[in-house]
Amino acid sequence: MTKKYITTPLLDEDVVTLKAGDQVFITGVIYTARDAAHQKLAELLAAGQPLPIDIAGQIIYYVGPAPAKPGQVIGSAGPTTSGRMDIYTPALLALGLKGCIGKGARNQSVKDALIKYKGVYLAATGGAAALLAQTIRKAEVVAYPELGAEAIYRLEVENFPVMAVNDAFGNDLYIEGQHQYAVRETEENEC
Amino acid sequence: MRELDVAVLTTAIAEMVMDANYNLGLDVYQALEDALSKEQSPSGRHVLAQLVKNADIAKTEQVPMCQDTGFAVIYVELGQDIHLVGGDVSEAIQAGVRQGYQQGYLRNSIVADPLRRVNTNDNTPAVIHFTVVTGEQVKLIVAPKGGGSENVSAIKMLKPADGVAGVMDFVVETVQKAGSNPCPPMIIGVGIGGTFEKVTAVAKQALLRELGQPHADEFYAELEQKLLHRINQLGIGPQGFGGNTTALAVHIETFATHIASLPVAVNINCHAARHFERIL
Repeated sequence: MTKKYITTPLLDEDVVTLKAGDQVFITGVIYTARDAAHQKLAELLAAGQPLPIDIAGQIIYYVGPAPAKPGQVIGSAGPTTSGRMDIYTPALLALGLKGCIGKGARNQSVKDALIKYKGVYLAATGGAAALLAQTIRKAEVVAYPELGAEAIYRLEVENFPVMAVNDAFGNDLYIEGQHQYAVRETEENEC
Repeated sequence: MRELDVAVLTTAIAEMVMDANYNLGLDVYQALEDALSKEQSPSGRHVLAQLVKNADIAKTEQVPMCQDTGFAVIYVELGQDIHLVGGDVSEAIQAGVRQGYQQGYLRNSIVADPLRRVNTNDNTPAVIHFTVVTGEQVKLIVAPKGGGSENVSAIKMLKPADGVAGVMDFVVETVQKAGSNPCPPMIIGVGIGGTFEKVTAVAKQALLRELGQPHADEFYAELEQKLLHRINQLGIGPQGFGGNTTALAVHIETFATHIASLPVAVNINCHAARHFERIL
């Protein structure tokens, strides 16, 4: 695993340095959005209206954090399943979004859009929510407060740990990783 | 006859939903550490080390191990010789969920209607399973269940002729299809038998068993081991990055079934397998 350190916002030149299988540490601002916020963003795009945040060069983190306890910046904040956002992602990449963080596989149209618009899909460790929250230095709601945990938050993170899964060259860590470690019956019989 | 005020249930449930979300069971913690010592893939070991550390942080700071603090699934085993007083039992349990999720800073993850999707803002209603047993005790089990792993669970009505091979293939196919989505390493609850609705309930109950405890019937204990072996040969690995720890355990529970039927249900749990038990 090669370690890479990136600072947001990202340029195409930053994105192309990341390869599937890299361990990536993110510092800077990232935005949260999950199911309900994505639906609202899609409605605005369909109506030709501006989005509440400028996503050019940014990273979106698919998360609905737990409420902050007194004294905490944010509650536990691990990734949710990315596949539910597949339908919305290509349009956001076309607008200049450079990365998304979640967990689980993306569909072909997202992978194609990552190549076309030079983007990267990053996976945070699902269920490591208390650990991930420790890298979040600041959190504020910037859109849709009525959605509660599903609101859009602006997060300031320091060395937020992720793995590059789908890079801008069509590589896929989920497919390659599973292929590398799968034991086929014939192999086992030979042993 | 023993009397018990339902307010006792409310307090117990409130404490239990917090405990379950903050403190990973020792059985699961141990299984993660064991997997860490055996995993071949470097990224897999990296993930498992993160999960062990995450469980430590959650326990020390008393914060949820996962932001998805779950649908509150609650099992109530009610002794037939106890008299519950002071109000509606179901309401008392719902009140406990409401209190626990609020006081414990747990996320509200429930929408009131599946299509109109407005959050209830207190994580109710809980799913409550009541059973009546002998005696004068009340046993409560709280098992918060995350959405990501629930979404990739599956049921199939097989033909009796499909037999053991058919059951095994369906379980392995379901895990393969789930892939990286349910936060592997997973725990696989398999229900076999019963009716269409019973088999799913049995699969979920299989998830409540302590990790590492084999089925009491040797035939099924062996089937659990064979399934675990096949699943861990898939190569999915921790978080789907590749590796030989795709599942920590397979638990099978069965029920009698119809001469025409062989229902199978696969309820997948993420590594944050939370369940907490208390007897009142």
